[in-house]
Amino acid sequence: MTKKIKNLNLNFGPQHPAAHGVLRLILELDGEVVEKADPHIGLLHRGTEKLIENKTYMQAVPYFDRLDYVAPMNQEHAFALAIEKILEIEVPIRAQFIRVMFCEIGRILSHILNVTTQALDVGALTPSLWGFEERETLMTFYERASGSRLHANYFRAGGVHQDLPAGLEEDIANFCETFPKVINDLENLLTDNRIFKQRNVDIGIVTKQDALDYSFSGVMIRGSGVPWDLRKSQPYDCYEQLDFKIPVGKNGDCYDRYLCRIEEMKESVSIIKQCLSKMEKGIVKSLDGKITPPSKKEIKQSMEALIHHFKLFTEGYRVPKDEIYTAVEAPKGEFGVYLVSDGSSKPYKCKIRAPGFSHLQSMDYLIKGHMLADVPAVLGSLDIVFGEVDR
Amino acid sequence: MQNLPDLEKKINSELTTKIKNSEIKHNQIYIEIDKDNLIDVTLFLKTNKDTKFRQLIDITVVDYPEEIQRFKIVYLFLSHEFNQRLILSYYVNENEVIESLTSIFPSANWMEREVFDMYGVNFKDHPDLRRILTDYGFEGHPLRKDFPLTGHSEVRYSEDKKKVVKEPVKLEQNYRNFDYESPWDGTKYIKTQTDTNDKKD
Repeated sequence: MTKKIKNLNLNFGPQHPAAHGVLRLILELDGEVVEKADPHIGLLHRGTEKLIENKTYMQAVPYFDRLDYVAPMNQEHAFALAIEKILEIEVPIRAQFIRVMFCEIGRILSHILNVTTQALDVGALTPSLWGFEERETLMTFYERASGSRLHANYFRAGGVHQDLPAGLEEDIANFCETFPKVINDLENLLTDNRIFKQRNVDIGIVTKQDALDYSFSGVMIRGSGVPWDLRKSQPYDCYEQLDFKIPVGKNGDCYDRYLCRIEEMKESVSIIKQCLSKMEKGIVKSLDGKITPPSKKEIKQSMEALIHHFKLFTEGYRVPKDEIYTAVEAPKGEFGVYLVSDGSSKPYKCKIRAPGFSHLQSMDYLIKGHMLADVPAVLGSLDIVFGEVDR
Repeated sequence: MQNLPDLEKKINSELTTKIKNSEIKHNQIYIEIDKDNLIDVTLFLKTNKDTKFRQLIDITVVDYPEEIQRFKIVYLFLSHEFNQRLILSYYVNENEVIESLTSIFPSANWMEREVFDMYGVNFKDHPDLRRILTDYGFEGHPLRKDFPLTGHSEVRYSEDKKKVVKEPVKLEQNYRNFDYESPWDGTKYIKTQTDTNDKKD
């Protein structure tokens, strides 16, 4: 007599440490082999785009911190660039260097988290302990510049909110000296580690064609050997003046993506160093009084400045009718803002293009035919943060 | 093609009547088409050797509730080879069903689900058109302009019923939308728009 075998349906998450947040993944298993994966997202949906439509341009900035909360300033950058392009504002060179420097700090923040938690998912605890110590240092830099460790709200259309405090540049320079050693330590633990390689090499392979078809960007497409980086191909702010390389993978598996992230961190350190050496004293936000509030000193002395300040913070600045898509190379891939303005002081529409959304979509294609134990490894290398996937 | 005006010319000459309007702005090409030509135009853009827009970046909608053709459907394309971006758009009525791009770009799947969820636009031949971002059993389409910011219902855990219950939203204070209309002229370049606004009152 034959016995009928039924596939097993397994709920992975929404509360699971390897789900990297609130992912509910419904897996159809044949023994230990995954036949089908259906990710259910939206458990962290906060209606960011709707909220932005009801806030002035300046009030909308903090929502961008709460998308990919691992690298907040990279996203503010995309929004600031969109407004600047519509308003045709020049950003002072010092502000450009500050912004790029903090974006690279964000990239390191994000990559440390990803590399070490991926190691954690496949069984290595130590890297995350070492990595988080460095993240803490980087977040103090965030705090000293913006007043907040995570939700910075630092970038403005036309520059940054305020200049760097005294001593911060030296401390960041010191960090750039000590951090490469930490990357080396992490590499010593992981790169040639037998277990780490067994869990990652040849897992979740993405071909070049599929990377294009599934709208991959960032490390996900570079890991498959496509040399595409918006910082090089469509440079924004001062990236053109900086010298850096784009690491590219060969096999498109989880291990190659890990290697790409490690190399990118080294490049980021070099970019930060260049920014520090090229940065000169100067203004940090546009002098256009229509978008930049007057200084505290002026407000104390001039009635007009006080009124001006009040109007900017209640009504906000108006942005002429236009439509634009701007993208930046966020640590996770192409982060874009599609902004439609209607001449009022609030965006008419602000669509946020999150890289993680397209990456997570391909989960079914990536995991089909792999073992159940490979799910966390693939998920880890996709670099998913639910703040941006669910918006 | 590396050069934007050339690329625009090429697209216009190849697709002729299918293009309603094209424009170059902010270093990107904006193209407006008819709803029925979506598949043809997309296939051309993807496969032609001079365009090669092989990546679909995103699909979204802009809602203009006062217009008859209420929804502007927007597709963002990227060409790696020529390092160009293209924004394709067309207008549809509220109840129109539009073509799905899933057969050309697999990544359109979730993007169209999101559009369906947020705006209630229906897609023909979509393999799996379910809600994606909102809760199971959610009603309404949140990004439509006529959907209130505070929503219609909220959920909480009821101690009496020992389960999560759904109730109409109860706010201690209504959401206040301040009117900032003022004699302040705003910036020079939008003066024309503020003038027309003032005439309405």
